[in-house]
Amino acid sequence: MSVPLLQLKDLQVCYGSRVALDVPELAVSEHETLAVIGPNGAGKTTLLHALALLLPKVDRGALLFRGKPLDYKHDGLAYRRRVAVVFQEPLLCDASVYDNVALGLRFRGRSRAEILDRANLWLERLGIEHLRRCSSRTLSGGEAQRVSLARAFAVEPEVLLLDEPFSALDAPTRAQLVDDLRGLLSSARTTTVFVTHHRGEALMLGDRIVVLAEGRVQQMDEPSRVFTAPINEAVANIVGMEMIVPATILGQRDGMLQVQVNDHTVSVVSGEIPWVEGEPALVCLRPEDIHFACVAGNDRAGPPAQSPGESWNRLTGRIAGITPLGGQFRVKVDCGFPLVALVNRPLFLEGFLKVGNEADVHFRADAAHLIRRHERTSG
Amino acid sequence: MDLLWQGLQQAAVMMFHNREVWAITWLTLEVTFAATLLSLILGIPLGTWLALTAFPGRKFLMALVNTGMGLPPVVVGLFVCLMLWRSGPLGSLHLIYTPTAIVIAQFVIACPIITGLTVSAIEQLNPRLRLQLLGLGASRSQLLWTLWREARLPLLAAVMAGYGGVISEVGASMMVGGNVRGHTRVLTTATVLETSKGNFAAAMALGMLLLLLAFIVNGMLTHLQQRRSPS
Repeated sequence: MSVPLLQLKDLQVCYGSRVALDVPELAVSEHETLAVIGPNGAGKTTLLHALALLLPKVDRGALLFRGKPLDYKHDGLAYRRRVAVVFQEPLLCDASVYDNVALGLRFRGRSRAEILDRANLWLERLGIEHLRRCSSRTLSGGEAQRVSLARAFAVEPEVLLLDEPFSALDAPTRAQLVDDLRGLLSSARTTTVFVTHHRGEALMLGDRIVVLAEGRVQQMDEPSRVFTAPINEAVANIVGMEMIVPATILGQRDGMLQVQVNDHTVSVVSGEIPWVEGEPALVCLRPEDIHFACVAGNDRAGPPAQSPGESWNRLTGRIAGITPLGGQFRVKVDCGFPLVALVNRPLFLEGFLKVGNEADVHFRADAAHLIRRHERTSG
Repeated sequence: MDLLWQGLQQAAVMMFHNREVWAITWLTLEVTFAATLLSLILGIPLGTWLALTAFPGRKFLMALVNTGMGLPPVVVGLFVCLMLWRSGPLGSLHLIYTPTAIVIAQFVIACPIITGLTVSAIEQLNPRLRLQLLGLGASRSQLLWTLWREARLPLLAAVMAGYGGVISEVGASMMVGGNVRGHTRVLTTATVLETSKGNFAAAMALGMLLLLLAFIVNGMLTHLQQRRSPS
């Protein structure tokens, strides 16, 4: 890539004595969608506001647009007319849908004909042309967020900044909107920074993912890398590795790392990190990767077919708790350490998964991910 | 009852046939419009600034404005009198007992009302709306204009409250205007005078005109306020 479209350098933002955001370097390339994920209070919104030049003050650092540093005072308006921001709430004006979509174009002093053309185009692309005369007060949450997106797209910004635009919507509305946005982004190819705390959205929309926690960038990489190889506990948590278990490295065997977890020895496909025998580590697992092999005296779930090149770990434990989730059930198994599995409804209804029963669970060697464990007093 | 009925009949006749009554009504309109307009010109930007800006001393200033919203007109009258009195600091302008003096006093009454209500009108808006508008490329003036448009209902209420404060006010107008016939006599001061003379028909005619003025202006503002979804 040549010069990144947008670049943050050595940025620090404090709220009182608390450092809300500390980013030494962050670059957004032209035409890419950068998804920023992190828990609440991680600094995601502050980061987006910094990129939009909307922060009241920045303690340190610079924002560069096409390699040129922006001056907060003098370049503010000109820069903000190159970008468009969409917030979590639609924040529409008390006017018709059409007037809302036209707002950014009117701010830019475009001609009536151009405003009409562009507003109509984006009303249509977001599937809300039938609402054009409606008052913004009469819209549902999903419709209002569509208007907000159309309003941002209509100015055809060089950078689109989206701050958790779907988090206030119900699940089906959100799924449909994410899907539509994916289509729009891939055809418009607008450079986008998309902030979310929903990892599914980040995976669907991001070309690259930035994981933010405690105001710092933890990891920045392609989605598949972030999701399969988180570099630390904070990232592992955010990307859905619910089980993070302390372990000790035993050594290599058959190209796999042997790891001691409680009383069990587990095989793990070694990643890129070089490990030393006796080193403390954390084994990270997702509930989706935990399967039931067989339950005491009942073989009906069946052991997995072992294909060449696949290596499975098998552990025995006792079922400690079951939580219904609708289509699936979360089954917690105590193997000396807690393992959580997601079980599909048909399997569960066979009836052998009961609290107190003994159960064999297994997971693939390449489903487990190892990260370094730094000894802390909190454990 | 007779007194009331006869009074009403005479009042109706006076309202249509007495030139002096019309002159008083016209002056009242001029003075209250000027005072309200000046209060809007200062009060709305000041209130907006107070609502949107954080600075040390803001709370103190807000307390002053809020106190100003309840200023007794006679105290304002006294203060403006002292300022405009021939030997006072602004005496050289020779404004005491002129319509301009009434406008000044009424401005002092209405401006804090409009400022205070503007602050609450703007504060009622979602604070993130400002960021959203800036994020869509609004300039400073576009931002202000859009915020005022969004707050138009409570802002019109502020205008009505300011206008209501000055058109009904009598103490200050009497003190700084002097109720001089043909010069500074307005509807409220004339009503007081006619009532004190026992001239109830005239007083009622003036009172009804005053009510009518208040109703027409507030009716127009209400119409503006309640108009839904502007095109």
